[in-house]
Amino acid sequence: MTDTSVLNASLLNHVLRHGDRALVLAQRLGQWVAHSPELEEDMALANISLDLLGQARVLYTYAAAVEGLGHDEDHFAYWREPGEFRNPLIVEQPNGDFAHTIARQFLHDAYAVAHWEAMRSSTDDTLAALANRAAKETSFHLRHSRGWLVRLGDGTDESHRRMQAGLDAMWPFAAELAARDDEEPLRQSGVVPDSGVRFAFDAEMASAVAEATLTAPERVDVATSGGGWDGAHSEHLPILLDELQVLARAHPGATW
Amino acid sequence: MTTVDLDAVREIAAAVDDPELPHVTIGDLGMVRTVALDAGRVHVTLTPTYTGCPATEEILADVRSALAAADIDAEVKMVMSPAWTTDWITTAGREKLRAAGIAPPAPAGEHPTVMLDLPVACPRCGSRRTRRLGDFGATACKAPFRCEACKEPFESFKSL
Ligand SMILES: [Zn+2]
Repeated sequence: MTDTSVLNASLLNHVLRHGDRALVLAQRLGQWVAHSPELEEDMALANISLDLLGQARVLYTYAAAVEGLGHDEDHFAYWREPGEFRNPLIVEQPNGDFAHTIARQFLHDAYAVAHWEAMRSSTDDTLAALANRAAKETSFHLRHSRGWLVRLGDGTDESHRRMQAGLDAMWPFAAELAARDDEEPLRQSGVVPDSGVRFAFDAEMASAVAEATLTAPERVDVATSGGGWDGAHSEHLPILLDELQVLARAHPGATW
Repeated sequence: MTTVDLDAVREIAAAVDDPELPHVTIGDLGMVRTVALDAGRVHVTLTPTYTGCPATEEILADVRSALAAADIDAEVKMVMSPAWTTDWITTAGREKLRAAGIAPPAPAGEHPTVMLDLPVACPRCGSRRTRRLGDFGATACKAPFRCEACKEPFESFKSL
């Protein structure tokens, strides 16, 4: 392959990773609608889900352009198999109780804010434009999830116990988020200027966990807890995708 | 059509109502980016507000049909860059929001992730003794507040 086609394949992979991250989490959050602890939370989780869906649509539309095979955004959402999805494992984890969902969301949002902040200076115009908007949207998501993490962690004995359990369950999947060693060509060309992401992500996690009076679990090895970015998923993703894709697959080409 | 009045095209596009905000037009929100003539065809570009705003498709359709009703053949599309900011909402738009009971957004500022809780004035009584109740209202672009003076709940347009 030429340098250009290596870069192009690498860019497509990067764009799909983040499109899939946003889409899968949007679908998970959508499952809370009408089941949240209070009406305000229904609205909050639904609106966060919509923001993520909007980000996924922009990324899939861009992926189609980068790929150049005449696909559209729907192709990437509805017509790929689980093994073709490249989302990090944390976003496909089941909702669990509200504290599990908050732990998953907080870890994701802390990473996403750091990611989009860095991407604002991407040399790729499309990604930089999306980052300018997504950084702002995601900072509202983080304020929401961090707010709950602190409120539940530094709350009653029972809420503290359950928030710690949620954090313990989701923590192993956080390690994968800021660890991607195969995007070096994109880093060098300035498309993914993410050198500060891991530091910002770690700092946000440490300060929020301390404020919430929770205990940070042991660090885990990415080699044993990752793989999602490369398409190695848990048994949860196929079930989630079945629900997401069933209508489009039952009625190919339908619009609504 | 031999000549196209681009100002008139802009006016028609700008007059389209936002589907989620009562009596507020997309012109008020500062969403109409460019109106230009290219190879004999009118091109209109709009800037979406929130990335995930479900009204985006509806707005595109509304602008297309408003222009078609005026016999103007135009290509209408959304452009991502530069990203929309609440600072583009016009003075008239801010007044309409306030009149509809929605506190207009504070200036967005340079750095987006600094989350300042600037005092928001109650759109009903004007008091600044208000409290933010959460980050998400009925739509992603608004946050729920309560006024401690008149005790009424209201929504505030988020600065973005
Ligand atoms: Zn008041």
